[in-house]
Amino acid sequence: MNGNKLDALTTDALKEFGNIGAGHAATALSILLDGRVTMSVTEARLCPCADIVETVGSDRLVAAVFIRLLGAIPGNMFVLMTLPSADRLLAHMLREARREDDYTELELSAIAEVGNILSGAYVAAISDLCGLNLNQSVPAVAIDMAAAVLDIGLMMSGNENNEAIFISSTLVHEGNHIDTQFFMLPDYDGTDTLLDVLRRKAYYGG
Amino acid sequence: MVDEQQTIRIGIAEGAILTGPGTITTTGLGSCIGLVLFDVIDHVAGMVHVMLPESPSPSPALPQKYADTGIRWLYENVLEAGANRARLKAKYAGGSQMFRGLQTEALRIGDRNIAAVAEHLSQLHIPIVNFDVGGSVGRTIRFELPSRALHIRTARGEERSI
Repeated sequence: MNGNKLDALTTDALKEFGNIGAGHAATALSILLDGRVTMSVTEARLCPCADIVETVGSDRLVAAVFIRLLGAIPGNMFVLMTLPSADRLLAHMLREARREDDYTELELSAIAEVGNILSGAYVAAISDLCGLNLNQSVPAVAIDMAAAVLDIGLMMSGNENNEAIFISSTLVHEGNHIDTQFFMLPDYDGTDTLLDVLRRKAYYGG
Repeated sequence: MVDEQQTIRIGIAEGAILTGPGTITTTGLGSCIGLVLFDVIDHVAGMVHVMLPESPSPSPALPQKYADTGIRWLYENVLEAGANRARLKAKYAGGSQMFRGLQTEALRIGDRNIAAVAEHLSQLHIPIVNFDVGGSVGRTIRFELPSRALHIRTARGEERSI
């Protein structure tokens, strides 16, 4: 792969992947949040594994959901939210403002569920676009420094030149903006495999 | 000569050497371990931010990424910077399990990193002064010369020095 310089076809393929995923996610989240949800993709690109932590901000506090991608392209997925975004989301889902300093079990599982829906939407987008058989593990959640939560994903993705698919999106529900960052880190050279099918799909149409 | 304070920051799978007054910082240790080797008399110290217990090859592209090759890299480089072999001591922190309830093998990486660091230090006969490991919390650490204190801060705002 040629680093950060992406050809137009790959850029288009990633954008299409992001948009289809966001569409799936908006539908699922509007049921969960009981109201109209719109989602827009603000960024869709490849991110070298070595730059992921800098992209998020290494000691910034984040709500992180970790999900293992299983099937044709095994890998790791992370859905990250800033704490203000996570708190706005919780206020809507649980219908009350957060009171305690630490997050309760209920709040953590609500965050896990949203992460699960978002990653599930992107996984479904790949399945739709590429006809690949993919599944995901149950979500695990942590609220901590970005670098600390991301390290297990990085250590499993093999060599340093590997790249992650990075989709940044904003979800709008009742005037509230919730920013999410999604990383998909296929094991070994899975990113190449995935991009090949996405590009072919973008080129020949779907 | 002006008494200059050096401020060094290292990222994941990186390492650095400090000679003279200053600090080495690494942020967001999760299951990774930040290890410091220092000379108890001279002002020479170094830090690595290791990610995995074992290198897949004897000379990997990033030796600092693995406990086995990272400790070896740090040991050689602090000696080269003037540390005395007999006066070397170690402090380290990290090795958490950030995600509770994970069903994959990754969940035990923190524990395996802790075990690997202790084992490789013992092989090199380097005494461990103190450590702050395990749990499910991220840590940012800062080692300081000349005090030789390792300051630890967690996401929950706890601070301690070892």
